Amino acid sequence: MDIDVQKVAMLARIRLTDAEANELGPQLSNILGYVDQLQEVDTEGVVETAHPHDAAMPLRADVVTNTNRREALQKPAPKIESGLYVVPKVIE
Amino acid sequence: MSWEVVIGLEVHVQMNTATKAFCGCSTEFGAEPNTQTCPVCLGMPGQLPILNIEAVQKAVLTGLAIHATINLESKFDRKNYFYPDLPKGYQITQLPVPIVEHGYLDIPSGDGEKRLGITRIHMEDDAGKSMHEGLDGISHIDLNRAGVPLMEIVSEPDMRSADEAIAYLKQLHQLVLFLDVSDANMEKGQFRCDANVSVHHPGTPFGTRAELKNMNSFRFIKQAIDYEVGRQIELIEDGGKVALESRLFDSAKGETRSMRSKEEANDYRYFPEPDLPPLRISQEEVNAIKAGMPELPGQLRKRFETEYGLSVYDADVLTQTRELAAWYESLAAAHPADPKRCANWLANELLGRLNEADCGITDSPVSPESLASLLDRIADNTISGKIAKDVLDTMLETGHDTDTVIEEKGLKQVSDTGVIDAMIQQVLEANPDQLAAFRGGKDKLFGFFVGQVMKVSRGKANPGLVNQRLKVLLKS
Repeated sequence: MDIDVQKVAMLARIRLTDAEANELGPQLSNILGYVDQLQEVDTEGVVETAHPHDAAMPLRADVVTNTNRREALQKPAPKIESGLYVVPKVIE
Repeated sequence: MSWEVVIGLEVHVQMNTATKAFCGCSTEFGAEPNTQTCPVCLGMPGQLPILNIEAVQKAVLTGLAIHATINLESKFDRKNYFYPDLPKGYQITQLPVPIVEHGYLDIPSGDGEKRLGITRIHMEDDAGKSMHEGLDGISHIDLNRAGVPLMEIVSEPDMRSADEAIAYLKQLHQLVLFLDVSDANMEKGQFRCDANVSVHHPGTPFGTRAELKNMNSFRFIKQAIDYEVGRQIELIEDGGKVALESRLFDSAKGETRSMRSKEEANDYRYFPEPDLPPLRISQEEVNAIKAGMPELPGQLRKRFETEYGLSVYDADVLTQTRELAAWYESLAAAHPADPKRCANWLANELLGRLNEADCGITDSPVSPESLASLLDRIADNTISGKIAKDVLDTMLETGHDTDTVIEEKGLKQVSDTGVIDAMIQQVLEANPDQLAAFRGGKDKLFGFFVGQVMKVSRGKANPGLVNQRLKVLLKS
């Protein structure tokens, strides 16, 4: 199976050199080929597995439990202005 | 050959829960930026989402109101894309198995109704807010909105004109307000719409659609669709082809323009959300939600027509919002003698005055009980309908009750025969020529005398009694 490694890398925002892409391409193809074997299993009449654990989702009451921890939470951010995260200009 | 317009709508409705979809952060609008965030909605590593039960119930309630199938088991997926206002790097949404499917809304069409299919309603979380205005080379990000629960309501491509699209949107907007599943304030972005628009010749396959993104006013949506339809027809007739793309409506210029090529952005690499097992709800829970369903606008309208004998028009006006309908019912309960008079005074007099003052019904300085007492004073002939309008003005200005205003301004209708006879006597003495002419056979002058007496009384004389006494006294 051929994979456009550079496209996948771009979608994941990972920068790869051509050498890295050439090395990763066959590896990813091997993984997909391995997983592809599953396609050979006859799943007629088998209910799709939604999640590996057969658990139903726990739900949470609609009650505010979090307080304002802006200062602590913004510590890792490279730049803040008046409580707002600053990022390079993004606009369409 | 004639063109047919085909429109499908995707509406994002922000649910009015107290907390976000997957964490216990407040959703309160207008807080200081980034004060309502936590490691979950900021997408910090190792955090696990836990779904808000209220969001599930609101989605189910909405599904029931559009006569849809409720999937007792539904699933969550990740939609991956990179944008600074999406800290997780993916949106949690529902792709193959949404919580609600196969519903519909009926909109008024000509003399009857037209049924518009609703494909699905899925739950997802909102992104944060990016701000660009007045900034040079940077953007500001507020993540208070990141993680707020949304319903995306996706229609079938069943609409054939911008007007039908607007009728559908208005009805949906009213519905979510009645259900109290959203505050649906369009200016605050709590109810926003994407429109898929294409044109084709009837009997041929649908044309390629353009997606008009993120519109939040009925007027702009109509303008955007009308512009887009014209653009597509012109393009095709000139031998061109409509591109499958997202377009933005520029309200200042009144036109749509291409946003970005969709090929790149479209690769969302959906996969099942590993942090969330399937959402299961029981039929009993669905039944309980159904049992708590409030009266819907259509039902309320019909009940107002039958129970209170209102016209279709009045019933429609008074059921525009839940608050207004409740106000009318309080008024009608406090003045049960005449539900139609209640409707007229609320719809024509009070609402008109409140609108002028840019005041909502819930903030009205006059209460339903207070307006009812004004209507009681008309009914028992204390004041005339005409004077009641002045009394209402004063009540709105001063906040005083009906009887106080009538007393203070001395507006009480005069129904004392002795007092009215004295006024008539005064008028007859002041107009001897007219009196002689009347007695000489000029019957038409009767109206003149009524007018003169009302004038002397400054409008306060009981008109019925004036008529009755004049007939007697003019002859004697």
